[in-house]
Amino acid sequence: MPSITFVHPDGRAQRIDASDGESAMQGATRHDVGGILAECGGNAMCATCHVYVDEEWLARLPAMGDDEDALLDGAAAERRANSRLSCQIKLAADLDGLVLNLPDRQL
Amino acid sequence: MSATSRIDSATPERSAPAGVPHLDVDPFSTEFFEDPHRIHDVLREAGPVVWLEKWGVYGVARYAEVHAVLNDPLTFCSSRGVGLSDFAKEKPWRPQSIILEADPPAHTRTRAVLSQVLSPTAMKQVREHFTAMAAAKIDELLDRGSFDAVADLAEAYPLSVFPDAMGLKQEGRENLLPYASLVFNAFGPPNQLRQEAIERSAPHQAYVAAQCQRENLAPGGFGACIHARADAGDITAEEAPLLVRSLLSAGLDTTVNGIGAAMYCLARFPDQLARLRSDPTLARNAFEEAIRFESPVQTFFRTTTREVELAGHRIGEGEKVLMFLGAANRDPRRWENPDRYDVTRRTSGHVGFGSGIHMCVGQLLARLEGEVMLAAIARKVASIEISGPVKRRYNNTLRGLESLPITISPA
Repeated sequence: MPSITFVHPDGRAQRIDASDGESAMQGATRHDVGGILAECGGNAMCATCHVYVDEEWLARLPAMGDDEDALLDGAAAERRANSRLSCQIKLAADLDGLVLNLPDRQL
Repeated sequence: MSATSRIDSATPERSAPAGVPHLDVDPFSTEFFEDPHRIHDVLREAGPVVWLEKWGVYGVARYAEVHAVLNDPLTFCSSRGVGLSDFAKEKPWRPQSIILEADPPAHTRTRAVLSQVLSPTAMKQVREHFTAMAAAKIDELLDRGSFDAVADLAEAYPLSVFPDAMGLKQEGRENLLPYASLVFNAFGPPNQLRQEAIERSAPHQAYVAAQCQRENLAPGGFGACIHARADAGDITAEEAPLLVRSLLSAGLDTTVNGIGAAMYCLARFPDQLARLRSDPTLARNAFEEAIRFESPVQTFFRTTTREVELAGHRIGEGEKVLMFLGAANRDPRRWENPDRYDVTRRTSGHVGFGSGIHMCVGQLLARLEGEVMLAAIARKVASIEISGPVKRRYNNTLRGLESLPITISPA
C-alpha cells in the first residue's frame, strides 16, 4: 500500500495511504485532500487535479500522454516543468513515499 | 407485458433472459418522468442488472455497473446507437454522429478535435464575457422580481452566450431548442414523444444543417474553429459540419436543463442557498451537485459487441443496455445521503456528464455557464421562492422543467 504526501501551498503536509492501482487523484479525493478538485472524475478532461511533482520523483513517473500535456496548458495555476495531472499518476509499491505539491488554485 | 410485444418491428423476437430480474417498468413514460427516484430505487434494489420487459433491453441502475459499462467502450459500443434503435438493424433517423455514435479508433480523432475546441484554454477566453452576461441577466431579473426561471433564466442565459460563442447568425435561432429536444427524444423508444418530435423536425433539421456549413459560421467562434481543424488535416472538410452539428445538438438544451436544475435546487433548499451566499466560491460545486442531484441527462444506451459477463449475468452479443445515470448518481452504495442537495459535497466521480471516452466533451462549457450564473446569484440574490405551479417537461432523455415561477429578492 503506497503512502503519498500532498504538500499544501501553505507548507502543510498531508500523508495518505493509497491503494495499489488507484491514481493519486483517487487517493486524494477518497481522503478528502483539499486542493484536488478532479471535476471530470479522472477522465483527463478538466485539468483540476494539477500537481507539482517533487523533483526527486519526477523521473520515476510514467510518461505524459498527449491529452495530459494539452490539458496542463489550460491549468489554472502556472504550468511548470514538474506539472502533472494527478489522475494520470497510477500508484504502485514503487511510488511509496511520493511527494506531490499542490498549486494555489485549480480553477 | 412480455418482451416479445415490442412495437419496434425491426427487432426480431427474442426470449427474455433467465436469472435476471424482469421488471415491468417503462423509463420513457409520463409516470416515470414525474417521479423517477422511486422507480430508480426499485431498479437498483432489484439487482445489478435487470431486464426491462417493455422494451426488451437490459438495464443497469447502480453506480458500479453504470460506471463499468461507460468505461468499457469496446464491449459496450456506441456505434450501434446510444438510443434504443440498433443501427446494425435500423437506419438512424439522421446521418449518424461521427463522435457520439462512433467507437475507437474513428471516435478518437473526432473527439480530439472537439476537446481542443472546448479546452480549458478556450474557456479562459470566453470566461470574462460569460461572467458579465450572467451578472447582467441577474440584474435584469432582480428588477422584475417575479419571472419564470426556465424561460427567463435557464433558457435565456445560455441563449445569450452559446449561439454567439458558436458563431451562429441571428436569424433562425428559435430552431435551436426544438432541434435539441428532438435529438434527445429520438434516443428513446418509438413512443409518442419520439414520433411527434421526428414528424415536426424538418424545419429544425434544415436550419441546423445550414448552420453547420462554413460560410454560415462567424470567424473566431467554436464552429469556425472546427472547420479550421479541417484545414489542419485533423478531419476532412465533409466531417467538419457533422462535428458542428454535434455541438449544436448537445451544447444548449443540456446546459439549459443543468442551470434549471440548479435553480430548482436552490429554490427548494434555502439552507443551501444561504451556504452558497456565505461563500460564493462554492458556485461551481453548487452547479456540479445540481447535475448529480437532478441528472439532466437521465439515460443512454450501449450495445454489446460480444457475449459478456456483467455482475455475474451473461449478456449476449447485440443486446441493448440502458444506463440509468440519474439512479447511479443517487446510489446509496456510492453516495452518502444521496437524496440531499449539498453544495459542499465532494461530487467528483458522478456520472451526470457520463464517464470514459464519451464523457461530455462540452463539460467545461457547461460548468462555466453554471458557475458564473450561480456566482452572480450568490452575490446578488438574497432569497428565491417558488411562486406558482411547477410544471415538468417530458423528454425521453432529458430531465427538466417546463416552468418554474419564482420570486427573487436582492441581497
